[in-house]
Amino acid sequence: MSEKDWIPTTPRKSHTFDDYTLSEIRRAAATGIYDIRGGGSKRKLPNFDDLLLLGASMTRYPLEGYREKCGTDVTLGGRFAKNPLRLSIPITIAGMSFGSLSAQAKEALGRGASLAGTSTTTGDGGMTPEERGQSKYLVYQYLPSRYGMNPDDLRRADAIEIVIGQGAKPGGGGMLLGQKISDRVAEMRTLPKGIDQRSACRHPDWTGADDLEIKIHELREITNWEKPIYLKIGASRPYYDTALAVKSGADVIVLDGMQGGTAATQEVFIEHVGIPLLSAIRPAVQALQDLGMHRKVQLIVSGGIRNGADVAKAMALGADAVAIGTAALVALGDNDPRWEGEYEKLGTTAGAYDDWHEGKDPAGITTQTPELAARLDPVKAGHRLANYLKVMTLEAQTLARACGKSHLHNLEPEDLVALTIEAAAMARVPLAGTEWIPGQRF
Amino acid sequence: MPVVDLAKTSLRELNAALQKLGADTNETSWTVLNPSGEHAVAAGVDAPVSITIDGPVGYFCGGMNKHATIVVDGSAGQGVGENMMSGLIHVKGDASQSAGATGRGGLLIVDGNASARCGISMKGIDIVVKGSIGHLSAFMGQSGRMVVFGEAGEALGDSLYEARLYVRGPVAGLGADCIEKAMREEHRAELYRLLEASGEAGTVDVGEFRRYGSARKLYNFNIDNVDAY
Repeated sequence: MSEKDWIPTTPRKSHTFDDYTLSEIRRAAATGIYDIRGGGSKRKLPNFDDLLLLGASMTRYPLEGYREKCGTDVTLGGRFAKNPLRLSIPITIAGMSFGSLSAQAKEALGRGASLAGTSTTTGDGGMTPEERGQSKYLVYQYLPSRYGMNPDDLRRADAIEIVIGQGAKPGGGGMLLGQKISDRVAEMRTLPKGIDQRSACRHPDWTGADDLEIKIHELREITNWEKPIYLKIGASRPYYDTALAVKSGADVIVLDGMQGGTAATQEVFIEHVGIPLLSAIRPAVQALQDLGMHRKVQLIVSGGIRNGADVAKAMALGADAVAIGTAALVALGDNDPRWEGEYEKLGTTAGAYDDWHEGKDPAGITTQTPELAARLDPVKAGHRLANYLKVMTLEAQTLARACGKSHLHNLEPEDLVALTIEAAAMARVPLAGTEWIPGQRF
Repeated sequence: MPVVDLAKTSLRELNAALQKLGADTNETSWTVLNPSGEHAVAAGVDAPVSITIDGPVGYFCGGMNKHATIVVDGSAGQGVGENMMSGLIHVKGDASQSAGATGRGGLLIVDGNASARCGISMKGIDIVVKGSIGHLSAFMGQSGRMVVFGEAGEALGDSLYEARLYVRGPVAGLGADCIEKAMREEHRAELYRLLEASGEAGTVDVGEFRRYGSARKLYNFNIDNVDAY
């Protein structure tokens, strides 16, 4: 064969052994330890982009975009609590700890949420005065670790969120690595400075739904039955978990899909445990409907909510509100390209930085290093978050009006179709242009 | 001397009355009759008052207590004194599991036995159990002291941080990173003070106790310790 006749084969990389997979094998072989990172699932998952809203036409009347009202308010916790939360918008800020985030970032979340008329949430590190002071509505998380837990903060809260799990790691606890344990974080958690602080995966004083019912009763007794009590669950078996949450006496259920972020967990956990939010909402709503509790026990969903379209679609599937975590951090300034030079020094790039546990965040958000944390102005960052929340709300209203809805809560599954068979089956809405909902028994 | 009969008064009324008490209240001595295993009896009290409960209680008696002295003249269900901040809780019978869980201060005394997970995740509380304790007690104990006159079950002090454990009887097994440590003079003095606080000074010999604490090998994640996880 002459040289002229030789036709080279294009080098072909394996789909199975792609560049990331190869690099991870090499990293594991070199270090002997699994990869830990922050954030939620990064893989391509069925999500709200796989759904479309139908809008009005001959059979539905739309509402005038700049004239007719489309309500956005939501009341959370009216089942048993004397003082339910009445929020202006159905977009809340998810729980993120002081410890994983700087005090400035926590304050900014409180400021932004308050400006928008919504709530923010503490995390696995107790309640800081900055956050309480700047948060009109503050939800106080009750976690297995009970770091910083005390009855005074419990009574200072506007609602209590018992955390059973989170979408990034259903069934998993957590660990705040020693490099982020400053004097203040250590003091709040009653542990020495600089050591890893483990967060247990199970609560220390109750096991199972029957015990939980008694625990909720105790928390209500301590807080004079005033505070709404939320239960946060990672999406895995949403029908049964929701049913048990109702049985346990929750006022509100927070359902977190696998796109929901974490401060730090094993990559293998984030990407391989739990289910996407899209697939979790309808089973949870079904459980509420089967128990006659839909809209009586409110459902907040989270995990990858990015814009007003996601809000509208989540609510059309039956949620009463959504929560955002990762998106809120981005609004504050997380992963901003302005810090690209520093991201490169850390071996990453803006948009991909996820080593939040290391405390080296150039944006000054996931850090306890004073010089880095000082980069975030909590007032300005709070305004950015408020702007973002406003845009999301306007977007959701725009879509709801197009569907002829005078309130975001009037959106319904009938307003939706799916672009893919998978999304149709998960969201239990028809494939676009058909009447086919895969997976339904007739 | 208020007397509240839970056969006639609701738990809500009792707890609301107790939680309203301020530091300067004149109603400093309360008696609760017929608790009949009710849950959350005297939970969330924040005043230096004395509350005697005449009979057994259910879960979370004295939960998150601040300043109050609570005496249970009977046995206590799960999580007695959970997350207590200060004050004294004295159970004259046995206590179920998770007694004193996550407690941050004060003293919990159990005259009888305590079940599994006694002092789990303790954060500053002192616990004195005159009988024995069950498995996984002091799991992830962060701070505070635990004294056990009798025996301890499996996995005592698993993943222990800085809590100090004094046990007189046999220990069925130590959890990860929990080791026996030398009883030095300061520990004998500390133990004696705890016995004094619980009214047992001189009734048991501090020399019969052994001390357990953290080896501090798992304080920072290290792949070389992976077998311990």
